[in-house]
Amino acid sequence: MRMDLQTEIIVENLNLYYGKKKALNNVSLSIPENKVTALIGPSGCGKSTFLRTLNRMNDLIEGVKIEGTVLFDDRNIYDNSVDVVELRKRIGMIFQKSNPFPKSIYENVAFGPKINGVSNKSQLDEIVEQSLIRSALWDEVKDDLNKSGLALSGGQQQRLCIARALAVNPEVLLMDEPASALDPISTTKIEDLIYELKKKYTIIIVTHNMQQAARVSDFTAFFYMGDLIEFTDTRKMFTAPDLKQTEDYIRGRFG
Amino acid sequence: MQKKNGNTNSLDRKFRLSEFLSEYIIKTVAFSSFAIIILIFVFVFKEAAPIFFPKEKKAETSQFLQSETYGEEPGTEQPENSLELYSSYTPSHDVASFKNLTGKNWQPVGEEPKYGVLPLIIGSLKVTVLAILFGAPIAILAAIFSALFAPKGLREIIKPIIELLASFPSVVIGFFALVTLATVLQNIFGYSYRLNAFVGGLAMALAVIPIVYTVTEDALTAIPKYMSEASLALGATKWQTALFVVMPAATPGIFAALLLGFGRAFGETMIVLMATGNAPLSTFNIFEPVRTMSATIGAEMAEVVFGDTHYTVLFFIGASLFVVTFAINAIAEFYVRTKLMKRFRGE
Amino acid sequence: MNNKILGKSIVAVSALAVIMIVSALLFILLEIYLGGRSVLSWQFLTGNPTEGMTEGGIFPAIVGTVLLVLIMSVACVPIGTITAIYLNEYASKKSFFTKMIRFAVNTLSGVPAIVFGLFGLGFFIQFIGTEMDRMFSADGSLLWGQPNILWASLTMALLTIPVVIVSVEESLKTVPNDLRGGGYALGATKWQVIRKIVIPNSISGILTGSILAIGRGAGEVAPILFTGVAYFLPHLPEKLSDQFMNLGYHIYVMATQSPDVEATKSIQYATAFVLLACTFSLSFIAIIIRYQFRKKIKE
Repeated sequence: MRMDLQTEIIVENLNLYYGKKKALNNVSLSIPENKVTALIGPSGCGKSTFLRTLNRMNDLIEGVKIEGTVLFDDRNIYDNSVDVVELRKRIGMIFQKSNPFPKSIYENVAFGPKINGVSNKSQLDEIVEQSLIRSALWDEVKDDLNKSGLALSGGQQQRLCIARALAVNPEVLLMDEPASALDPISTTKIEDLIYELKKKYTIIIVTHNMQQAARVSDFTAFFYMGDLIEFTDTRKMFTAPDLKQTEDYIRGRFG
Repeated sequence: MQKKNGNTNSLDRKFRLSEFLSEYIIKTVAFSSFAIIILIFVFVFKEAAPIFFPKEKKAETSQFLQSETYGEEPGTEQPENSLELYSSYTPSHDVASFKNLTGKNWQPVGEEPKYGVLPLIIGSLKVTVLAILFGAPIAILAAIFSALFAPKGLREIIKPIIELLASFPSVVIGFFALVTLATVLQNIFGYSYRLNAFVGGLAMALAVIPIVYTVTEDALTAIPKYMSEASLALGATKWQTALFVVMPAATPGIFAALLLGFGRAFGETMIVLMATGNAPLSTFNIFEPVRTMSATIGAEMAEVVFGDTHYTVLFFIGASLFVVTFAINAIAEFYVRTKLMKRFRGE
Repeated sequence: MNNKILGKSIVAVSALAVIMIVSALLFILLEIYLGGRSVLSWQFLTGNPTEGMTEGGIFPAIVGTVLLVLIMSVACVPIGTITAIYLNEYASKKSFFTKMIRFAVNTLSGVPAIVFGLFGLGFFIQFIGTEMDRMFSADGSLLWGQPNILWASLTMALLTIPVVIVSVEESLKTVPNDLRGGGYALGATKWQVIRKIVIPNSISGILTGSILAIGRGAGEVAPILFTGVAYFLPHLPEKLSDQFMNLGYHIYVMATQSPDVEATKSIQYATAFVLLACTFSLSFIAIIIRYQFRKKIKE
């Protein structure tokens, strides 16, 4: 890791078990601030599982056991003294399948601020507008904010989910294959958006699409069978990876 | 590290009162449904307790007087205490014990009350068995039709209609049996008593049909598609598949349906109260009037004196009803849960 | 070819069973309607019984039944809904506590109605009621230690709690986990996720459950036989400690206990028709809501 970069999250010796099955094996890596880090690897390699350990979404699954440390803001987020709700406010998440609430566009974006106690209407309006502008959706929906979020197209729904996450004002955005269910045009829009967002946010994105990883990310981590195989500069990863296993995967020889 | 984006939330664990309260309240309320079952057990058995632990007459009288003014006195209900009394107990006629419960006569009112529950048990069994015999075949056949043979559109009409039958209040079924069915059946069969076990059983079948139908239907539609498809692919016809593949696989479910129907009929009160004639006879002739356990409680409880022997015996009958239906439901659930599931998983 | 005939007859016999059930249902409806048609009128619904109950209307019985189900709903809908929320949202599937509650709910739904009546008598009236009288009544007179509409409603509530639980739980299960995850990822607490996402999405289940419970409560008679119902009352219930009249009980008593059963035949039929119309339309509404909801889920 180059020393001129600030580090946002440091993962050390992370092990994760589903019941008796080990899904992550001694993973250690440091995620740089204000950069896009891509997690790649074949299905079931643990990349999504790893992503979900960063905001403790795995807590919601019964039978998951986690060992090791994840340092964020100088705290181990798995420490007993850490409030998981506060953590998730600072580390937002975008899911593979867009999941707008069955409410209006406005209510979707205002959900986060509202549960944080913002009740002033003009303040909410401002947050909603800013979030939709930042997620590049404002121009398309500004005239029908009261329309149901479910009435939007797939790509718009995903950007609505991004706006919803931005409205909570997080520092980190976790994206779990955010464009996998979208058409190429929507995908491009999301990728452009990611490029814009990294100016303000640290982004970690899981993708199964090599080109996407190469296009949007600054760093790439390659996972295989629960192990972190290689983690390096994206350009280097896609031109001259250190390990043959990484090269084989990137060249499409397996997975 | 410098906090960014103006987000200054600390990661420290916070105490959230609404969170704490909501979880606490939700857990407490959920636990109350468990407590209710325990309470039902406790209170129904408590009122029936003097049968298991008869007291000397003197003790009983004072207990009775106390109860009238001060409610229950928990101390005197203690089993150890009562067992002691049991050893020195001498049977007398108006104190219920297992001895006079087993008699053949139910005559709770009179010079010498008799609390023989045998005719009541026979009555309950007679009506229940008749209800199952009439209702179950029809319900199961109907379930087979709507689950296996009916086109999808028709099935979606049949199902809610039969579910509607479940919304018939039992007092209305009883009323129908009393005023219409009884007369029609008497004209057809020409027996001498208008109200009898046969009428009651047939009316009860109307209450049993929806429950047997619904559970059987669920069991039949729960059979994985690959099973019937495999059979159809081998050249079996639709009915062969239904008869030789789907039905055997669903047997535990159908058995559970029968048990639940039995439990429903055994505990049902208003239908038998109105349609069976209510005479406590110990005969197996289905064309004679009968009196069931549930109907006895329904008919007599309002008139008894709180705490006296008749009251206790009625609670004893209620406790027995509770135990029997409880056991039947537990077995039914066991069958559905374990057997049916195991079969599909091939364990 | 024998096979074909056998197959056809199996289908025919099973179809016949459906026809029998449906026609029995229609026959009862028709019979009860025809029997009561002559006295069914607006006056019948809004009038008091007259001439020693051989004439007049059933207004007090309707009011009593409505009050009964209202008080019952106040108790059973929240308890049933909250228990369902616990089972589906909080409970760990494997915990002993959860299994116990689930077992209790299943058992509760199989307990005969008359046993609930006994429990209401033993618990509410003899235990709670007499205790209340002992504490609050200065002259030792009975107020709560006797049958009344409150005890009858609470007894009925116990009977209908499982109805609400089953229906609410079914709708909670259809709320996609993605939505819950979306809420949590925004930093919502568990209670916020339940209150703002889960409950708004299962309103139809809560509604269906409540309607089914009300329909059940309106039709059951056995639980109230000795917990609060009265054959005839000169005035409507005004306090929770008053007794009440009830449609189902009215039918039962008129058909079996009155001195001249024949004279009131049409009143009996008409009362049965009114009760049937109530419970029938309630479950019809519930079934419609449920089917609409299921359709929506599939889309």
